[in-house]
Amino acid sequence: MAERYSSFEPKGTRWFLQRLTAGFLVVVLAFHFMLLHFVHHAYEITFMGTQARMTQVGYFATMVLFLVTATFHGVNGVYNALVNQGLSGTRKTAVKYVLVGAGLLLALQGTRVALAMTGMDVTF
Amino acid sequence: MSQSYDRGLIEDFGRWQEFSAGMWAWVLHKFTGWVLIGYLFTHIAVLSTAIPAATGDPAIYTGTLQSLEELALVRVLEVGLLSVAVFHILNGVRLLFVDLGVGLNAQDKSFYASLVLTGAIVVASVPTFISGAF
Repeated sequence: MAERYSSFEPKGTRWFLQRLTAGFLVVVLAFHFMLLHFVHHAYEITFMGTQARMTQVGYFATMVLFLVTATFHGVNGVYNALVNQGLSGTRKTAVKYVLVGAGLLLALQGTRVALAMTGMDVTF
Repeated sequence: MSQSYDRGLIEDFGRWQEFSAGMWAWVLHKFTGWVLIGYLFTHIAVLSTAIPAATGDPAIYTGTLQSLEELALVRVLEVGLLSVAVFHILNGVRLLFVDLGVGLNAQDKSFYASLVLTGAIVVASVPTFISGAF
């Protein structure tokens, strides 16, 4: 029998979503690094160049999906890591809601940033 | 088939000399995961300069990013970020295969391959990442 190390209860919904988002992120994170460090160098990034990319519907949709999946994968991973360290009871519930809140705020702010990158006014 | 494994008290880091390859893979995947989620929050904070840039001066965004890229420390940290991202990706792919029941008897070898490939990709990327910074 092979040893198996994991912080997850196998075969649950969050276990499955963690792997589903992982499959997507492997491809898009590699694409993100390639595009913004090798095709375009990071020190050459300008607002005009960013706007040109983000006004393409396919690129915009990919980046927003990238944001949402990365946020879920990261926050879900942190939650499972903490549960795995023995977090339980009220503290577990509190941490869950703090992480859900932080994740929602990150996704909201990231979406505002993505829209602003198209040139849209997103100031309140 | 795989099975759950009682890894004992990993929190007792004095045991590190007893760690198997699988334990190191678990520790490194966790560490790189923490770094990546921490960076995501920082990344969105920096890119938030796009919000005032969209309505007023685009130089707020361009200037912030280019000023950061002028700092040698930032370039070195970017190489570090690349290292953790590449390892997390490669080890993550390895874990997906393990979950699918593929290569269960070669887990040690595939972990070492992840490390070697991470090192090779990072070393090959260093010139691109630090060009013009020093």
